[in-house]
Amino acid sequence: MAAVLTRNIVKTFADVAAVNGISLNVPDGEFMVLLGPSGCGKTTFLRIICGLEQQTSGDLLIGGNVVNDIPPRARGVAMMFQSYGLYPHYTVRNNIAFPLRTQRVSRDEIKKKVEWASQLLGIDHLLDRRPRQLSGGERQRVALARALVREPTALLLDEPLSNLDAKLRTSARQEIKNFQQRVHLTTIHVTHDQVEAMGMGDRIAVIDHGRVRQVGTPTEIYQNPADLFVATFVGAPPMNIVTRNGGGYLGFRPENLLPRRMIEDDAATEFSFRVDRSEYLGSERIVYGVIDGYESKQPITAKLPPAHVAEDSIRPGEWHEFAVKNSALRHFDSSGRHRTRN
Amino acid sequence: MAVIAEPVAKPVSRFHFIFDRRGVFEAVLVAPAILYVLLLVGLPLLLAIYYSLSAYTIYNPTWKFVGLANFEQILQDPTFFDTLRNTFVFTFGSQLLGLVLGKFGAFLLLRPFRGRKIVRALIILPFAVPVALATIAWQWMFDSLYSVINWTLIASGILTREQAPNWLGNPHLAMLCIVIINAWRFFPFAIVIFLAGITAVPQDVIDAATVDGAGFWRRNYQIILPMILPIMAIGLIFGIVFTFTDLSIVFLLTMGGPGGATSVLGFAGFQTGIVSGDVAHGAAISLFMLPVLLVVVVFMLRFIRRREI
Repeated sequence: MAAVLTRNIVKTFADVAAVNGISLNVPDGEFMVLLGPSGCGKTTFLRIICGLEQQTSGDLLIGGNVVNDIPPRARGVAMMFQSYGLYPHYTVRNNIAFPLRTQRVSRDEIKKKVEWASQLLGIDHLLDRRPRQLSGGERQRVALARALVREPTALLLDEPLSNLDAKLRTSARQEIKNFQQRVHLTTIHVTHDQVEAMGMGDRIAVIDHGRVRQVGTPTEIYQNPADLFVATFVGAPPMNIVTRNGGGYLGFRPENLLPRRMIEDDAATEFSFRVDRSEYLGSERIVYGVIDGYESKQPITAKLPPAHVAEDSIRPGEWHEFAVKNSALRHFDSSGRHRTRN
Repeated sequence: MAVIAEPVAKPVSRFHFIFDRRGVFEAVLVAPAILYVLLLVGLPLLLAIYYSLSAYTIYNPTWKFVGLANFEQILQDPTFFDTLRNTFVFTFGSQLLGLVLGKFGAFLLLRPFRGRKIVRALIILPFAVPVALATIAWQWMFDSLYSVINWTLIASGILTREQAPNWLGNPHLAMLCIVIINAWRFFPFAIVIFLAGITAVPQDVIDAATVDGAGFWRRNYQIILPMILPIMAIGLIFGIVFTFTDLSIVFLLTMGGPGGATSVLGFAGFQTGIVSGDVAHGAAISLFMLPVLLVVVVFMLRFIRRREI
């Protein structure tokens, strides 16, 4: 186990910068999530860490040592791939044993380690099967066992949950997170799914166009987005952004946009909200509309608790008095950066 | 309300919808292929088996049944075993060489480089050139006097004129020559097979092996090769069957010589059965291919099924 540190990593493919100067510090034992839209360079960055790609410039340190020129097999990191990359011609046992065999570990030791890893992940009854005989969740666990068996310095996960169905994904998320906390392994998890990022990460690095836009805990990322990109990428529905009269932008989360009477605080900004459409989602109702006097590229959304707001009190086509607590308002300057105080 | 389709009112002949029945329709579609195989493969095979059990020659076309006498006589002929051995050396030697060349070629063509498409197209040439033309070209290269190979070796100072080998005059070298020519003909096919196999291996699997600590050789021989083995085996079956039954290169280059050193089953069968007119013995010689090929094909197909992934 070791910390992973990158200094200004750049990777260009034929003049296009896929990774455009990423500096990131992942301390020992941290669960770091790289979150970004597809094509933002997060997977390329991960492949640079494990050595499948060579960075154009910049330094990569694992456990304090510069490993720029060290081949993947000597870096000691393990990686789990989107489609798992299991070896179809090997049994589960041989799949898990493969990283040990490449290290020329003795037979007895391999047997012991394979048993340890398979018990840890609860797949010891599957050892003699082949990957094609396994379900998606089982394959994922085999891939994880194979990644862990040689006790890597760091674990890299490249969208490992995207091949699972929604229900399995939730439990797999739990499993990976629990597991990571138990073995306290430095983990870098790449995903485009913000729910996954929020739920799993100790910290999240939001990446766009090959650059880190913000690094922080899930709370920091959600509550205090560093710029408009982070504000609109994280959160579903995303933060409402309206143009301010004095230049710059004003942002507020849909759940903070509530009927005026529901906000007891006096320090609130009022809006006149015209409801266009409403969606009932069980635990919440999403209301789409426009706000009088403010411009926005997207429809304004408000997330209402159905328990407190009756359905027939807010109907499409009506104007209502809504408000946002001032403490929940976020200010961005005209270039999209967050401004601490107005 | 507009009527779109009227139900069938009056009873029609029971054959009216005959082709709507799956069973009938399928039989009609498959029939030409089965007929074709029966007439062009089955019939000649049965005829060959019958000839081999008769005393049929073109001088005395009798259908007299002689049992296994032809086979007994062939087995008592010591040169037949040389022919059998030659056939195996020729077949497996050229397949092995072809596979090695094919794998190298496939690896070279896998990496992108300028002009790769042209090279890919050109590499198919040995496969596409008529065997007669190709063999004659090779014949000149192996010629005792005008061999360009010998000329190169002498000019570069590796050999003197006296040491220059007589390629087609030496029994071992002659065998090497037909192996080389056949491998040369086969290797573009091997390249195509390898390329198809290797590009079908998911990149994730190769990347996983790399991160798991496998170097170039381990990746190739423990991951990629086992994964492309089924498709390789199919290619090899084709190669073995075609080479084992082939007589064109031997016929054009060495005529089985020197001293029967390159005589193979197909060639011997042709010489005895057609050239010498002893159809019965010719058929019997050729039928020795059958059990060998049967074993090869059955073994390979079973192997593939077992390795299916």
